[in-house]
Amino acid sequence: MSLIEVVGLSHSYGEREVLKSLNLGLSRGEVFALIGPTGAGKTTLLRIIDLLEIPSLGEMYFDGKCIPRSGKQRLEIRRRMAFVHQKPQVFNLSVYDNVAYGLRWRGERKNSIAERVDHILEMVGLEGYENRNARTLSGGEAQRVALARSLVLEPEVLLLDEPTANLDPVSTAKIEQLISYIAGQHKTTMIMATHDMSQGQQLAGRIGVLLDGKLVQTGSANDIFRLPKDEEVANFVGMENIIEGVIIANNEGVVTVNIVGNAIEAVSNYPVGKEVYACIRPEDITLALSRTRSSARNSFHAKVTQVASFGPLSRVEIDCRFRLVALVTKMSAEELNLQEGREVYATFKATGVHIIERKTS
Amino acid sequence: MTEIWHGLIKAVELIISLDPGIMEIAGRSLRISGTSCLLASLISLPLGSLIYFHQFRGKRAVINIIQTLFSVPTVVIGLFVFVLFSRAGPLGETGMLFTPAVMVVGQMILITPILLGLAISALSGVGKEVVDAATSLGASGFQLTLLILREARYAVLAAVIMGFGRAISEVGCAMMIGGNIRGFTRVMTTAIALETSKGELELSMALGIILLFLALIINIALNRLQQR
Repeated sequence: MSLIEVVGLSHSYGEREVLKSLNLGLSRGEVFALIGPTGAGKTTLLRIIDLLEIPSLGEMYFDGKCIPRSGKQRLEIRRRMAFVHQKPQVFNLSVYDNVAYGLRWRGERKNSIAERVDHILEMVGLEGYENRNARTLSGGEAQRVALARSLVLEPEVLLLDEPTANLDPVSTAKIEQLISYIAGQHKTTMIMATHDMSQGQQLAGRIGVLLDGKLVQTGSANDIFRLPKDEEVANFVGMENIIEGVIIANNEGVVTVNIVGNAIEAVSNYPVGKEVYACIRPEDITLALSRTRSSARNSFHAKVTQVASFGPLSRVEIDCRFRLVALVTKMSAEELNLQEGREVYATFKATGVHIIERKTS
Repeated sequence: MTEIWHGLIKAVELIISLDPGIMEIAGRSLRISGTSCLLASLISLPLGSLIYFHQFRGKRAVINIIQTLFSVPTVVIGLFVFVLFSRAGPLGETGMLFTPAVMVVGQMILITPILLGLAISALSGVGKEVVDAATSLGASGFQLTLLILREARYAVLAAVIMGFGRAISEVGCAMMIGGNIRGFTRVMTTAIALETSKGELELSMALGIILLFLALIINIALNRLQQR
């Protein structure tokens, strides 16, 4: 049974519809990443789940019980959750008081509070900071106070809204470490909103893509990144090669797609005549100087049009009558002497091509 | 000119020698204004929180009225309280007119709008993010109010000090409803008005210096708080 279940949820701010009939179920202990661009409605969804806001339409269930729209029960349920907001908003009090407040509000005893606060501060690496005013801390430290403040409550559900936005790489790594530690040790159910896809991929068991208020696709990282449901998701998850084509043959689940006179083979069930997009991840394309014999079904003669390097990788744009982007290591790029005008063969497997329907509007 | 100079020296002498007459008047001023400030705070801080935390029709108008009352003339309040407590007035039977108690009432009416208005703006300064953070951490409505008051403590204290400053420096209301009775309702401001008209400049100046000194202390305290 789901710990949290959201059914037919819609929410508007005035005229603007922020969430559009959204359904989502989370089981206990699950780590769920909510990815989507800024303004997609991630924060609003988290606020509604934390019962900070009442949705315009729809119901929410917590542990099987329907949550009322008002009344004391909301506070009781909210106390089983904790929310780390995007901007670390610490109270103008000592670090100790910041972390202790949630426990005091729950009527915990002084001794047990002191013990738990000390333990958590040690865990987030802020021991010795007890008496510092939390407002004098750096952004990364403040975010750790905010995280400690939530963790000390040992919540059943932890909501994280862009927990590492605006933080430096070192602080980001620390926070990510803590999150995965807690997910592993305490089996806390987590929902994490992020626009950093690698973070979602790294920390979450399941990912949901929120685009313009709609939960367009949920699934494993592999599903989302390799098998996006439509063009919008493909675009958002950084699928660089989205090529228009038409299916001209279907041979027991292996289709041939005509792309400006080239035939690409892919695995799909769409019928002949269907207008589709062929999606190929840049890292799935191999570049070689001669046509090599291999099991890969697709191989095209192409001309390099642009090479750009970032980090250890080179992004190579090639023209094989349609445009393709390939990602190779810098070393390979140097060995093959990849530069503008160089003629190469681009190869990719039929299973590396993901076919999605092209909606004609 | 020498006369003024002479008076000033005499005034300083009176203060340094802790002249009993002066001390008695200054002490009464502090007591009356302190009491009115305390009572006004006890009313204004909860009421201010109530207004801030609740959404109701005409909230904006209420805040506008409160802010308008910041600058109500003291003599108008004097008149209002006088009518209220005069023999024929609705509270005439209490016999409180021309007593320190009625002066406290007058000053409370004078500074309550200031405390209320500044308390509301102090709370508004706390920010929605803090409210959200506290609510998420499981604060009940009452616990949230206490936390926010604590967050706004410096601004709230500044409001109280402002109120006290206004109370101790006003003269119109104290004169009209206190009556400036020697040894009973005479406070620093009313004493200055009287002694000056009698030509007793050194006494007026001594009291004036004490008032200025109090204003200075209040200012320093406010500055310190605003720097937090």
